[in-house]
Amino acid sequence: MSAVDWYLTLATGLFCIGAYGVLARRNVILIIMSLELMLNAVNIALAAFANFMPGAAGRGTFFVLFIITLAAAEVTVGLAIVVANYRNHRSVQANEFSEMKG
Amino acid sequence: MHVLITLIPLLPLAGFIVTLVFGRGLLARRPEIVSLAAVTASWVLSMIVVVHVFGAHDKTIDFNLFTWISAGSFHVQWGYLVDSLTAVMLIVVSTIGMLVHYYSIGYMRGDGGYYRFFAYLNLFMFMMFMLILANNYLLVFLGWEGVGLCSYLLISFWFHKKSASQAGKKAFLVNRVGDWGFMLGMFLMFVTFGSLQFGKVFAKVPFVSPGIVTWISLLLFVGAVGKSAQFPLHVWLPDAMEGPTPVSALIHAATMVNAGVYMIARSYPLVSHSHTAMLVVMIVGTFTAIYAACIALTQNDIKKVIAYSTISSLGFMFMALGAGAWVAAIFYLFAHGFFKGLLFLGSGSVIHSMSDEQDMRLMGGLRKKLPLTFWAMLIGALANVGLFPFAGFWAKDEILGGDFAAHYYLVWVVGLVTAFITAVFMFRLMFLTFWGENRASADVQHHIHESARTMTVPLVILAIPAALLGLVVGLPPDGGFMHHFLSPVFYNVEQEHFAWAGRGGALLLVSLVIVVAGIYTAYVAYLRRPELPARAAARVPWAYQASQRKFYMDEFYDVAVIRPVMGFALWLADVVDTKVIDGAVNGLARGWDGFGRRLRPLQTGRAQSYAFATFAGLFVLIILIRYIWGA
Repeated sequence: MSAVDWYLTLATGLFCIGAYGVLARRNVILIIMSLELMLNAVNIALAAFANFMPGAAGRGTFFVLFIITLAAAEVTVGLAIVVANYRNHRSVQANEFSEMKG
Repeated sequence: MHVLITLIPLLPLAGFIVTLVFGRGLLARRPEIVSLAAVTASWVLSMIVVVHVFGAHDKTIDFNLFTWISAGSFHVQWGYLVDSLTAVMLIVVSTIGMLVHYYSIGYMRGDGGYYRFFAYLNLFMFMMFMLILANNYLLVFLGWEGVGLCSYLLISFWFHKKSASQAGKKAFLVNRVGDWGFMLGMFLMFVTFGSLQFGKVFAKVPFVSPGIVTWISLLLFVGAVGKSAQFPLHVWLPDAMEGPTPVSALIHAATMVNAGVYMIARSYPLVSHSHTAMLVVMIVGTFTAIYAACIALTQNDIKKVIAYSTISSLGFMFMALGAGAWVAAIFYLFAHGFFKGLLFLGSGSVIHSMSDEQDMRLMGGLRKKLPLTFWAMLIGALANVGLFPFAGFWAKDEILGGDFAAHYYLVWVVGLVTAFITAVFMFRLMFLTFWGENRASADVQHHIHESARTMTVPLVILAIPAALLGLVVGLPPDGGFMHHFLSPVFYNVEQEHFAWAGRGGALLLVSLVIVVAGIYTAYVAYLRRPELPARAAARVPWAYQASQRKFYMDEFYDVAVIRPVMGFALWLADVVDTKVIDGAVNGLARGWDGFGRRLRPLQTGRAQSYAFATFAGLFVLIILIRYIWGA
């Protein structure tokens, strides 16, 4: 295994943990946290590529910065929705929000 | 000459469009002016063409303008054919058409649809000219259907009247039956000859099997039976009298109903090749002649009497065609157009002056009050019954002579009986209308007046050919001008030499005696001893009823056709539509509804299960792309 593979393995592990959290958790706040985990897994992968690929240095970190900013904004909106939803449903359990049921 | 011929139908078409578009706007003050100009111009052109054909050595002008329809091996040209037969038709159609236009100014004045009436009349003229000028069967069919359409439009011209709109529908539907035969005939003709053009078809007739020629002829004759109101498709013509009287004169007496006779005459090289077809034509014609005459005897509506007389006359023409007296048939058509048009226009003048009364039982004594109408109608009636020397005499007796010469003695006898009945009912009409005391209410009597100049002048003009035509073109019988003129069309027709002192003269005398006897019978029954007809009717009430009720033909069609069709339609509506069709549609909807219900549980409403489906799909796609489709 070369050096970059270690980083990628770490990123894959984090991503899978995050995905599992998104799919399996019932608490919306925990889901959002898992989402952050997935985003940061991607950040690690991008930073690793940026470090190990000579031509990609500037562009990789550039993307990472973008994703961090985006994640902050996303969490803001997401938490605001959670709060609004809590006011309506008195709950933060995702399985209780079933207005989309056909 | 080609340009003039092309213009003849084109002018009324232009008149139709202009009148229809501007009839209520630009032309609102005189909406008839353009259509009158168009038919008058067409008449002038027709006369030029007729004179040209008369003087020309080669009497046939045949030319194509452009290819109308072209599909595979099927080509139809838009082309015109003018020969002496067309010339005769041109005279009848353009002259009577023009006179009826002028007559209508007075007759239709004040009607709400005045401009519409003239537009339709012009459209009719266009279609009728197309019918007689066409040089192939499909173009004839165009005119054929076109005049049928105009007939429908004009019969139901007063469409707010229930009976009128129904009469129009009836005419249209009954004619459809005939057109069906015409179309089948054309299909068979195209399959057999590979063309629908007169010249090409007729040239190949001797080379195909006689059976096919018989079938084509009979199918064409089915078309003629519909259009020319022959038994058993005659039922539309009496009802067509619901239309304005000028229409009855133009379309249902003088021109359109002759289209069937014209078409069979035009197909002379074809039809004359089949003995069977000729026989069928003659039998149908003969039967129709006497059948319609018997009905006319007891009708009380003045227009109905003339309508049945028209059917009877058309039967006479087919009788002549079938017996091989081709020229006599066209001669009769020629004369009939004038005198029957005259009788209809005259009856229109009577109806007009009687405040729209049509029942002859409420007329009488109009001789003094409508002198012009009276004299014109008297000439028309004398021409119709065939009294010497009026037009009908020469034409009718050529037909009867033709029957005799062809050894169809029974047909000859039936023809004579028909002539007798015709004389009786025609003079019954004259006596009831113009002689005796007026039987109308005092109010109607007060308003009786001779019709306007635009109505009486056409009557006088038509009376001239009705009186003199036979003397001019029919003398000597079987060898007169008509025969020489039409001989290029009806080549190979054996012509017996007419002998005044021989059999010909004897036949003339017999039919003359018969006609005079008929007129005398009418005189006794309706003037001298008016109580006689009622007594006769009381003696044989069943015969009177049968004639009065038109031999129950309408009732027969009601039971045999209308009710089964209506029952079938109701069955379709009540059973097939509600149960089968609605059932299928609703069943389909219910099926999809149930299918949708089964799928509903998939929509859990939980975002997480959707996300799971997304991930699973992604996973499957990656596996597929990486390992199955081979990247």
